[in-house]
Amino acid sequence: MIKISIQKEVGQFAENKDIARTLRTKIIIPSLSKGKPVEIDFLGVEGVTQSFIHALIAEPIRKFRDEALEKLAYKHCTDNVKEIIKAVYEYLQESMDAE
Amino acid sequence: MKATLSTADYLRNSDRFINSLDFSDKNNFVISSHPKWLNVHPAFLTLLVCMAMQAGKENTKFHNLTASSGHYLDRMGLFNFTSQPSPYTIKKHEEAGRFIPLTIIKNSTEQSKFITDMIPLLHLPADKTVAIKYTIGELVRNVIEHSHSDGGAIVAAQYYKKSNTIRIGICDTGIGIRKSMSRFWGSHADTDINAIMWALMPGISGTTNREGGTEENAGAGLFFIKSIAQVARNYFMIYSGSGIYKLLLHDKRIMNPKLHPNPEDDEHSKRNDAPYFQGTLVAIDLSLNDGENFTKLLSNIREAYGKAVRERKKARYKQPRFIQ
Repeated sequence: MIKISIQKEVGQFAENKDIARTLRTKIIIPSLSKGKPVEIDFLGVEGVTQSFIHALIAEPIRKFRDEALEKLAYKHCTDNVKEIIKAVYEYLQESMDAE
Repeated sequence: MKATLSTADYLRNSDRFINSLDFSDKNNFVISSHPKWLNVHPAFLTLLVCMAMQAGKENTKFHNLTASSGHYLDRMGLFNFTSQPSPYTIKKHEEAGRFIPLTIIKNSTEQSKFITDMIPLLHLPADKTVAIKYTIGELVRNVIEHSHSDGGAIVAAQYYKKSNTIRIGICDTGIGIRKSMSRFWGSHADTDINAIMWALMPGISGTTNREGGTEENAGAGLFFIKSIAQVARNYFMIYSGSGIYKLLLHDKRIMNPKLHPNPEDDEHSKRNDAPYFQGTLVAIDLSLNDGENFTKLLSNIREAYGKAVRERKKARYKQPRFIQ
């Protein structure tokens, strides 16, 4: 299990897509490539932007599909953060169905 | 270049300010103002800074600045961009001083620092600030990522206690929305206003012609921001090139304003004959009332977004071919 603390990376509000990209390419995708689950911890994070979450998980979900959906987990999310993650999940899966 | 400030330069009547703009003679910028009183939306101040940066500080000046309320311009930092020093004396710790002064942001590191640092300036409780951070975070990121502006994003905001509203403006002198959209969506970017309207559609990104976006961009940012304004019954405006789209206020008698994927279906005004501005200005008023739950608002937007994507996908389904 690979664990990522978003608060340690970006602070209380997650909007920096450059950091999202780094986490995606350096940790999430390599971990999923090896079949390892990834736990993304939002403890101490009061909010996120949709573009941050998209930059963090869109490519892994498109690339690994069901495996990513099963192996990515989100911990300590506020209701705001949950809504954004749910939105990104919904439109990503809709767009994948169309491909 | 010329601009004129008046006693009521709000988003509600933005046309008066917009029509006063003259972008000719880029080497000289004169700001005129009402002689007694000024009320200016922070978004219009960000636009003045963009114009001042084009003309150069030494070529930017006020003409007969006599309004007693002009100290607001000082507090917001406008005189940092003009050749004249401020004629006003201000008290730095007044209660009314809930504002984010004019700030230039050029990269994501500066953006993150700004978002962390700005909130204490507003003296607002933490639960009121997530929507502000969200809005500024998305809009500034758009500038950094898509505008190709050397000058970065110019940001300013002002909190109004009486209406419990924060007015935000973000402006750049980049390539504009039409050029940004025309790379992949040429047929939808024949005019500035059409490009703006297309950019507001959920799932449409200027970085790809694939609906749903790329690994970096979903094409959701502007739709989310417009929706935040809409649900909270606030103004939202985009000005780029000659195009202006303005979301108008929802009828207060409607309990839950419906979110439309197509901006044409919203209560709005639009024009494509504004004085040509090379860049993009986004302005939004955000009410911070207790009843406006940001989580519920995000939930509504999520549902509207999903529905929009599904409906557009359905519209592409092939229909059965019935024969006699």
